[in-house]
Amino acid sequence: MFSLDRWQEVFDTLRRNKLRTVLTAISVAWGILVMVVLLGLGRGLDNGLRFNFRREASNSIWMSAAKTSIPFQGYDVGRHLTFENRDFERAKAVAGVDHISGQYFIKGGQFGGGEMTIRHGVKANTFGVNAVHPDAIYLGATEMVAGRFLDAPDVALKRKSAVIGKPVARFLFGDDDPIGQWVDVASVPFQVVGVFGDEGGEEQERQIYIPVTTAQLAFNGSDRLGMLSITVGDADSVQAKAITKEIVAQLAERHQFSPDDPQAVRVHDNVEQYERFSKLFWIISFFVVIIGLGTLAAGVVGVSNIMMIAVKERTKEIGVRKALGATPWSIVMMITQEAVFLTGLAGLLGLSAGVGFLSLLDAANVSEFVKDPGIDLRVGIAATLGLIFAGALAGYFPARAAARVNPIHALRDQ
Amino acid sequence: MLRLSKVNKYYRVGTHSLHVLRDLDIDVADGEFVAIMGSSGSGKSTLLNILGILDDYDSGEYWLGDTLIRSLSESKAAHYRNRFIGFVFQSFNLLPFKTALENVALPLYYQGVTRRKRNVIAGEYLERVGLRDWADHTPAEMSGGQKQRVAIARALIGKPRLILADEPTGALDSETSQQIMSLLREIHETGITMLVVTHDPEVAARTDRLIRLKDGKVVDPNETAEAAASHPNLPVAVPERSLTAPAIPATAVAAEGRRRSMDEP
Repeated sequence: MFSLDRWQEVFDTLRRNKLRTVLTAISVAWGILVMVVLLGLGRGLDNGLRFNFRREASNSIWMSAAKTSIPFQGYDVGRHLTFENRDFERAKAVAGVDHISGQYFIKGGQFGGGEMTIRHGVKANTFGVNAVHPDAIYLGATEMVAGRFLDAPDVALKRKSAVIGKPVARFLFGDDDPIGQWVDVASVPFQVVGVFGDEGGEEQERQIYIPVTTAQLAFNGSDRLGMLSITVGDADSVQAKAITKEIVAQLAERHQFSPDDPQAVRVHDNVEQYERFSKLFWIISFFVVIIGLGTLAAGVVGVSNIMMIAVKERTKEIGVRKALGATPWSIVMMITQEAVFLTGLAGLLGLSAGVGFLSLLDAANVSEFVKDPGIDLRVGIAATLGLIFAGALAGYFPARAAARVNPIHALRDQ
Repeated sequence: MLRLSKVNKYYRVGTHSLHVLRDLDIDVADGEFVAIMGSSGSGKSTLLNILGILDDYDSGEYWLGDTLIRSLSESKAAHYRNRFIGFVFQSFNLLPFKTALENVALPLYYQGVTRRKRNVIAGEYLERVGLRDWADHTPAEMSGGQKQRVAIARALIGKPRLILADEPTGALDSETSQQIMSLLREIHETGITMLVVTHDPEVAARTDRLIRLKDGKVVDPNETAEAAASHPNLPVAVPERSLTAPAIPATAVAAEGRRRSMDEP
C-alpha cells in the first residue's frame, strides 16, 4: 500500500512545489505549535496552582482567635479572644469536619509558636515549635521519613514526644539516628519519636511538633488554644463555608462575641481559594484548548484547500495517469499519502518546536503561576494520531475529486 | 481485433440530447493500420474515447479482442487501458517533471513492475525510438518530435494490442510529421493494430484504410486512404478550436450538470 514508488511520487510532487509545500507545512506546524504551547501552559498553570497551595492542604480551613470588632452583650470592641480545649472538642463533633487540630501558641500571638531554642548535647539552635494535635499531619504537606507523628496517647497522656523536621535532625544529630534521643525545648526535655519532611520546602521543615497538651502543661498554657485547623474532606466551598460558620457560631456563643463579627476569628479558607483558582484556571485551560484546536483545525482546512488547488493544477497529470492505467484507488492513495505525509511531518515539527518552547519557558521560570509546563506522552501520541487522521481527512476530499478527473477533458484541455 | 456494432452515444444537454454516434459499425482486423477522419462534430473524438475505454456508450457492443467493453468499473477500465491500449496524443501529454525514461516507464508502474526492471525496459523502448541518449532529459528540454517519440515509446511499453493515436502529428511540422508517421508505420509492421485519428490527408494517406465519419456515421467504408489523399474535393481540414457549433459537447454536459445540481434544493 505504501510502496517505495509511491513515496517517490510524493517526494517528487512536494519537491516540485516547494513554496506550496513550505507554506502548507508552516500552517500545520504553527497550529500544532500553538496547541502544544497552549496545552503545556494550561498544565503549567495547573501545576503552579498546586505548587502555590503545597504548604497547606487544599481542603483545609484555619481559624485563629483574634480581636473583636463589633460590640456584643456589653463587651466593647478590641477584646482579644482565646480558644480553649473545649472549643476543640466541640468543633470536632461538627458534621463535615474530617480532621481537626488545635494549636497552642507557646509564645502568645496569633501565628505559630514562634522560634524556640532546641538543644541536644552541645548543639543548639532556634527552630519553630508547634504544639498541635495528631491530626496536624493532615493539614500540611508533612510526610514522615522516620518514626511516627504525634498520636492520641501523646496528647492524652501529655507525653514529652517530639517530631522534628529533617534539617533539625541533621543539625542536632548529624548522621546518627535521632529516634529515641532526647532534645531540650527551652530546657524541657522531649523524646524524638519521628522525623518529617515537607513539600512546602526548607522553612516548613525547620520545625518541631510537640503534643498540644504537653505544651500547655510545660509552658504555662492552661487549656488555651490560639488556632483551630480543620480539613473538610471533599466538601466544596459552599459546604466548607457552612462548616466554618457553624464552628464560628459555637465559638461566638461560648466566648460571647457576635457571630457576624468579621474580625473576631480570622478565617483562612483554602477550600474557597483553591476552588476559585481552579475554576479560573479551568476556564483558562478550556479556552486554551479551544483556541489550540481551532488553530489546528484552520491548519487542516488549509492543507485540504491547498491540496484541492493542487489537484486542480494537476488535472492534466492525473488525466494522463488515468489514461495510462492508473486506478482511481491509486490516485486517491497518491493524493492522500501526500497530505498525510505533509501534515504528519509538519505536525511533528510543530510538536517538537512546541515542546522545545515549553522547556525554554520552564527553564526561564517566568512566573510562579506557571510550573513544569509540558504535555504528557499520551497527549503527544494522541496529537500525532490526530494529525495523521487530520492529514488523511485533508487529503481525502481533494483525492476523491482527483480520482473523478475525466481523462478526456483533462487531456483535451490544452 | 476490435468490433463496434450498432454503437450509439448521446450527450444530454439540458432537456434534449445530442446523438453523437448513430448505430456505428466498425471492424478493425488484427494488425490493421487505420485512419479515422472526419470534421469537427463528426463524433471522432467520442469514438476515440470509447475505443480508449475513457468513456462509455449508450447502446450497442464494443468488443476488444474477446472482451466486451461495456459499463466497466473505473478500476476495470483502468486495467484494460493499461494492458490493451497505448495512447499517443497530439499534445504528447508527457509528465513535465519526469525524465523521458520515467515517462516511458509510467505504464509499467501501474502494472506493478519494480523500478529497476521497468527502467531497464524503458531504456530499451527509448532505444527503439532512437532516444537512448535523452533518457535523463525532461520534456522541456526536448523538441516536439522527440517528445512524440517518447510518448510513442510510452504507448508501446505496456505491450498493447492496440495503439490509439489522436492527431499524433497535429503539433508537429511536416518534416517531423513524416518521421513520426514512419515510426508509427515501423511499429505497425511489428504487428500492432493502429488507429490514427487525424485531420491531415497526408497522414491518412500513410495508413492502410480510411474510416471517414460524418454525423456519427461511417461515410463510405470502402474508400481507401490512397483515394482520400488523391481526391481533389476533400473536405478542408478545419482546426477544431475555431468551430463553435456542437464542439466538445461533453464539456457542455458537465457544465450543465453542475449548474443544474446547484439549482436543485
